[in-house]
Amino acid sequence: MTTLTAPATRAASASGRQQAPRRLPRPRTVALVGGAYLIGLIFLLPYLEMVITALRPGSELHDRDLFPSHPTLSSFTDIWSTGLGTNLGTSLEIAFGSTALVLLVAIPAAYYTARRNFRGKGLFLLLVLITQMFQPTAMIVGIYQQFLQFNLIDSIWSLILVNAGFNMAFAVWILNAYFSAIPKEIEEAAIVDGCSRIGAMFRVILPLAAPGIVTALIFTFIAAWNEFIVALTLTTQSGPRTLTVKISNFVGEYATDWQHLFAASVIATIPVIILFALIEGKVASGLTAGSVK
Amino acid sequence: MTQSTQAGLLEPAPGSDGTPRPTARPVGGGRRVLRALAPLPWLTPATALILFVVIWPVVSMFLTSRQHFDSMGFDQGSAGWNNFTKLFDEPDLPGVLVRTVIWVVAVVGLTILISLGVAQLFNKQFPGRKVARWMLIAPWAASVVMTSIVFKWMLNPSNGTILVLMHDVGLMKNFNSVNWLSQQTPAFIWEIVVAIFVSVPFTTYALLAGLQAIPDDVYEACRLDGAGAARTYWSITLPLLRPALLVAALINIMNVFNSFPIIYEMTGGGPGNQTSTTTLFMYNTQQTSIGEAAAMSVVNFGFIIVVVLLFLRASRWNSAED
Repeated sequence: MTTLTAPATRAASASGRQQAPRRLPRPRTVALVGGAYLIGLIFLLPYLEMVITALRPGSELHDRDLFPSHPTLSSFTDIWSTGLGTNLGTSLEIAFGSTALVLLVAIPAAYYTARRNFRGKGLFLLLVLITQMFQPTAMIVGIYQQFLQFNLIDSIWSLILVNAGFNMAFAVWILNAYFSAIPKEIEEAAIVDGCSRIGAMFRVILPLAAPGIVTALIFTFIAAWNEFIVALTLTTQSGPRTLTVKISNFVGEYATDWQHLFAASVIATIPVIILFALIEGKVASGLTAGSVK
Repeated sequence: MTQSTQAGLLEPAPGSDGTPRPTARPVGGGRRVLRALAPLPWLTPATALILFVVIWPVVSMFLTSRQHFDSMGFDQGSAGWNNFTKLFDEPDLPGVLVRTVIWVVAVVGLTILISLGVAQLFNKQFPGRKVARWMLIAPWAASVVMTSIVFKWMLNPSNGTILVLMHDVGLMKNFNSVNWLSQQTPAFIWEIVVAIFVSVPFTTYALLAGLQAIPDDVYEACRLDGAGAARTYWSITLPLLRPALLVAALINIMNVFNSFPIIYEMTGGGPGNQTSTTTLFMYNTQQTSIGEAAAMSVVNFGFIIVVVLLFLRASRWNSAED
């Protein structure tokens, strides 16, 4: 009796399990959506807390309510009196400078390696891959000694150079992929039509690779904007301090002024998250491109 | 199945081995030189930048580790291996090394496990998937410094949000009774949590890309063979995901090993050096003895070289020798 029914029930329950999702998609969809949004919310929470604290008036800073009862924007206006504008300017100069330098050196390199085979190409790409693996943190002592020798401490140029050098690899990979995907015939047609090789590159190739260029541009900008340890090490208290270093120093200097600290953090963070959302789909592939193709 | 997919992914790109294109007719010496020089205008700026910004500091670091500096930071000539012996005699060093291993293994391991689950969920079709995915990117895009400072604020003993929430659900009775960031073990655990928090988004995206590269007909065949969900995941999804997993793991190892802002912002490596990893220890030592800090960074660099070599072995660069 048991031996007969047991397999039958098992088979029935197995087929039931397989078909249940198809017949009743609702609970499954609800669980998926609920789960996904819950996870998304967890990853957003610290940034919501950042905004909420920035909106707290000083008198409610140490309240144990999750939300302030009299939210105010005054922290966002007060903060500029601490000289934050200068730090913002420094961060912008460094981020724009590094991005420009990266594009200037990465576009020719990516174009040439995508189009030509030559002796030393493998070696060059290996050098780029190794650069991507190294991070300034590990060699910060060497970087400090080097720029000390060149008398470039407290110079914006040293930060532009270091940021560009360590973020160039990503731009080379992503641009290389875009240039390789453009058929050679398009370029040749432009040359037949009277363009020079350089002219064809500017008029045909670069516009076609625009999505890749924008991705490289935003990625480098964000990386330079967020960079911390090099900016902390290569500048002194009286030198050009980036927004990140300034905010980090806030923690020590004005330990009780969290609403101002987070107003500055919101200014430094939210634009970057929005910019990043524009390129999110391409970044993972760019970061892994060097190793698996 | 696994074999062929991997071979396809790890195949060297044509011409990446550096062989020149075969020439139809013999070329003169001058032409050959010209041809060899042709890449220079295109590649010199990039190479110069790498040499100046990446390679030079490596050399400088090695030289500094063998130099003797007086208390004012002036160079007093060669120190031989003194900086290294001083470093290895540091009473804090064994603890720092053990913590570094725990840090890398715990953060990378848990990040991969969590990301495997999250990627599986986000790979399903459901309404609003794009928005849900966007919600994930904030910790990836935002500066780790900001994220660490927010966590420090959310953990403050008097009114941190995390403590308020724990109080509300009854997990904690009195405020100001726990100050996690001032105690070694809880502080280090929270730092590991934050490190996982900032690593999961990239890892999830990398694994999602890997999942989407698995063709649907493989799953179809699996279903026809009557394999259950668990069996399908274990014997099909995971093996096919291996290349993506490998890359994600190695990139995470580099990021986590080099991670500086989380511990710096939350505890500064303290109390003492009780929550320092080798990266924090190097930074803190730099304030007092640059030679010894350089010695520490040479040791760190040795570890990174090992990981890079593993990476190259596992990737397409060395596939010919495998």
